[in-house]
Amino acid sequence: MVDVTPGAVAPVPPAEVPEVELYHPHSWWTKYVFSQDAKVIAIQYSGTAIAIGLVALVLSWLMRLQLGFPGTFDFITPEAYYQFITMHGMIMVIYLLTALFLGGFGNYLIPLMVGARDMVFPYVNMLSYWIYLLAVLVLVASFFVPGGPTGGGWTLYPPQIILSGTPGGQGAGIILMLVSLILFIIGFTMGGLNYVVTVLQGRTRGMTLMRMPLTVWGIFTATVMALLAFPALFVACVMMLFDRLLGTSFFMPALVEMGEQLSYGGGSPILFQHLFWFFGHPEVYIVALPAFGIVSDLISTHARKNIFGYRMMVWAIVAIGALSFIVWAHHMYVSGMHPYFGFFFATTTLIIAIPTAIKVYNWVLTLWRGDIHLTIPMLFALAFIVTFVNGGLTGLFLGNVVVDVPLSDTMFVVAHFHMVMGVAPILVIFGAIYHWYPKITGRMLDETMGQLHFWITFIGAYAIFFPMHYVGLVGVPRRYPDISGTAFIPESVSTLNAFITVAALIVGFAQMVFLFNLFWSLRFGREAGGNPWRATTLEWQTPETPPAHGNFGKELPIVYRWAYDYSVPGAKEDFLAQNDPGGPRAAASA
Amino acid sequence: MAETTMAHAAHATARPDGLKGIAADWSSDQRAFKNVSWGKAMMWIFLLSDTFIFGCFLLSYMTARMSTTVPWPNASEVFGLHVGGVSVPLLLIAIMTFVLISSSGTMAMAVMQGYKKNRKASAILMLATAALGATFVGMQAFEWTKLISEGVRPWGNPWGAEQFGAAFFMITGFHGTHVTIGVIFLLIIARKVWRGDYDTGQRGFFTSRRGQYESVEIMGLYWHFVDLVWVFIFAFFYLW
Repeated sequence: MVDVTPGAVAPVPPAEVPEVELYHPHSWWTKYVFSQDAKVIAIQYSGTAIAIGLVALVLSWLMRLQLGFPGTFDFITPEAYYQFITMHGMIMVIYLLTALFLGGFGNYLIPLMVGARDMVFPYVNMLSYWIYLLAVLVLVASFFVPGGPTGGGWTLYPPQIILSGTPGGQGAGIILMLVSLILFIIGFTMGGLNYVVTVLQGRTRGMTLMRMPLTVWGIFTATVMALLAFPALFVACVMMLFDRLLGTSFFMPALVEMGEQLSYGGGSPILFQHLFWFFGHPEVYIVALPAFGIVSDLISTHARKNIFGYRMMVWAIVAIGALSFIVWAHHMYVSGMHPYFGFFFATTTLIIAIPTAIKVYNWVLTLWRGDIHLTIPMLFALAFIVTFVNGGLTGLFLGNVVVDVPLSDTMFVVAHFHMVMGVAPILVIFGAIYHWYPKITGRMLDETMGQLHFWITFIGAYAIFFPMHYVGLVGVPRRYPDISGTAFIPESVSTLNAFITVAALIVGFAQMVFLFNLFWSLRFGREAGGNPWRATTLEWQTPETPPAHGNFGKELPIVYRWAYDYSVPGAKEDFLAQNDPGGPRAAASA
Repeated sequence: MAETTMAHAAHATARPDGLKGIAADWSSDQRAFKNVSWGKAMMWIFLLSDTFIFGCFLLSYMTARMSTTVPWPNASEVFGLHVGGVSVPLLLIAIMTFVLISSSGTMAMAVMQGYKKNRKASAILMLATAALGATFVGMQAFEWTKLISEGVRPWGNPWGAEQFGAAFFMITGFHGTHVTIGVIFLLIIARKVWRGDYDTGQRGFFTSRRGQYESVEIMGLYWHFVDLVWVFIFAFFYLW
């Protein structure tokens, strides 16, 4: 910490390209609805994602009601339960987490943090949102078609997903799901190309890649991964759509259903699993890497300390991104693969623990002897570290073939992935919203409501998912609407299930406090000023708050330093902003 | 878009060569790829993503073909044509491939003429490219018609594994869609070049940005990619 004395800044190269003309809106419609401004698009993305996420939240309540008190609620039939579980999973993973991290935070933060006026192709960026909205509407439509949405599980495994025994399998449910996914991928690609090109080619003077905040690194790497992983899902969806609509047999083997020989034959369900998980595993890190990046910035800012091992943090993000493409079949240990494949994929899976551990140690070392401010964003960031380590440790169990085989398809798996890619990224999302809300609206979120929201969410999440590990360890399978009366499952599991359900309902309602806070503070929140957290990154240095169209006024900022000059000895305040040349002030005291 | 690749070449020439140059570029500010405009970078990254789509399609097809228990139809018979009573294997495909590869040639010439600001020549060459692309799609339609009339369906065919028809229609259809989209965009850009939009700084209808002759090259990138994909489809589908 002592050897970051600000010396003379290196000269910044001249601008390589003249400034690009911005599109200026002419009417209310082009300013707020069909807006090409990345900040407005970000808010549209976030609003849509949170809205559809609330649907998924309600679905999780319904599932928990059924599991906690089986037989009490008549309207939750086994078919409905399967539909809830499928839609809950798909919405949360794709339409909430992916859209919110990349479409929401990506759009808002990338141009501001790298010092750009907007994304490189604002028009394409706008299309991205509208196609995403269309995808969401198609998904919602599946709730209202005869037969309802698909109920085959969010992994959409064939052959059962398109058979008549599965809810929505022979109706429109599965068709709408596949169409919605295809639309999502098209829309995402438009946005994703923008994020990647903006980071690579649209930075301001002095902003080198190794001076970018880790938030941008996380979102950037996740976007690159998404551009390479979503194609596999796209192809799988197209092929399954043909299987369902045209009667092709890409994924459908010859089979007999209800005593009747179906016309399918020769297809490979395992092929679908490979395609799905070639997308699905990178998807985990598409959600996790932006969270890693954001949490690094939150910790550094709120502990008033430079991030420990910035370079290693960057390389860890890149390494995790690369490795995540060669681990997909660890989701398929029980699918009937050659054992050598299991060995290979277990090895690569466990290797990911190394860069991940580097990140966790570096977060902890950033905190060590820091000036920790327990603000709401910091609380969420700390909660993330704990939760992520917890979820990661059970990942070590499941990554090993011999341990995974008995645990596969139990509630243990459910508990694991909810901890690691459900609760952990959501905690970061909350932290990030508390952190950047002042920049977006100009007002702080209410602290008391924030504390209430944080503690209920954090403790509640553990109350839900910690017992779930034990439920899984005694052998309760996942995706069963009712396991009461099963001989091998002890009575106590029912009690635990009821407890989990109550906890889930409470946590769910705590989110309403958060939502209320979002709207309440818009009007009544404390005025934030331009840089309430005294943070170094460029988005806090804008002339206006909220940032105006074009972000930075007349002149784009020039970057002289990395994003983590906190508690700098000799500096007037305890931080130096990225666009602060430091010069005479620092020199005088040095 | 006022940003150009040409205007700042002097700045870029001061950079070191080879690996050191790459390292210098990536550790520099503003742009990782010096002298690459936003549009071109975006097209390259899109093509990388699209490569994964075609890669997944082709790998799925290969998996289906290798794991099937029923015989796969013989490509040189199925795709043969009878000319004057003689069966010529792969005749149509050979012509189609020739047409598409030729269109890459006219596209490359259009790019060159565009940078020389020979508007008419560039536009005419693009129209020729579009015509060759349309011919390719037309011949593909003919091939589909022929196969369908012989009883090939996505769910079955007279000669063997039913995945044959499914994979064939899906992959060639997806590629044909790419060609068709390319033809449409070729026509749009040819019109802009012909009218001199890139000289007068006319704003785009949707994007309201000024274009430049680089659009022709970016269009060319897409077109060559579609050609390259066809080479792989040709190799894996017709020659295997």
